[in-house]
Amino acid sequence: MTIESFFTYSFSFAAVVAAVFMVAQKNPMLSAISLIANFFCLAGLYLLLHAQLLAVLQIVVYTGAIMVLVIFVIMLLNLGDETKLIERFDMWKVAGIVLVAGFLLEMIYIFLWSSGAGSNASLPEQATRIGEVEAMGRAMFGKFLLPFEVTSILLLVAIVGAVVLAKKRT
Amino acid sequence: MPVTLDYYLLLSAVLFTIGVVGVLTRRNAIVVFMCIELMLNSVNLTLVAFSAYLGDITGQVLVFFVMAVAAAEAAVGLAIVISLFRNKQTVNIDKINILKW
Repeated sequence: MTIESFFTYSFSFAAVVAAVFMVAQKNPMLSAISLIANFFCLAGLYLLLHAQLLAVLQIVVYTGAIMVLVIFVIMLLNLGDETKLIERFDMWKVAGIVLVAGFLLEMIYIFLWSSGAGSNASLPEQATRIGEVEAMGRAMFGKFLLPFEVTSILLLVAIVGAVVLAKKRT
Repeated sequence: MPVTLDYYLLLSAVLFTIGVVGVLTRRNAIVVFMCIELMLNSVNLTLVAFSAYLGDITGQVLVFFVMAVAAAEAAVGLAIVISLFRNKQTVNIDKINILKW
């Protein structure tokens, strides 16, 4: 086993464990911290896939901005323990889990038995180059310039919407 | 044995499924919100894996846009949660049914 595959398996195992812990945890603060651990593991997987810029952005944007916002809201609302919320275990929940299990089996079937050619190949040579900042910048400001500008408008709309929603009615 | 593309696809399928289970079973609006972030991240992992194994940068640019949309969603979604909590003093999504008819 090479060192890359060892790190890949370790990061993916830790990511799945953190995700399960996040869903099973009653305290929303511990859920948020598990999700941050999951994001760090995914950043490690991005690095192993030679997506260096995205690994850094994953940590800066997701754990640095989004999760800090989530934790800020949890502390602001003082949610604490979830025992006050009535956790019903009704038939709808069981039906949902059964449906999701079927969905997972379907995805595994599609990925393993119906995948196209070349899916078992190892990483190609050019994979090391395309994850760099230069290649990403050339793609983003060349071929994907219009989506980039639309994204900036979307962020502006989100800022205005968040301010309007969270503002106190006078 | 080197890690194959199928392995990353299976991993992201498992992570996505855990996110769906969380959305369906949890009642806390913020935890449901975090499960949606987990689902977005599992799709991001699929895109990065395809991008790396096919040697095409489009997948990674798409992940960048998904991150921007997730940030916008976080800002607006948490503002909605704060505004709901101010009006109804709860984040239980069973109690918040004013959009139902």
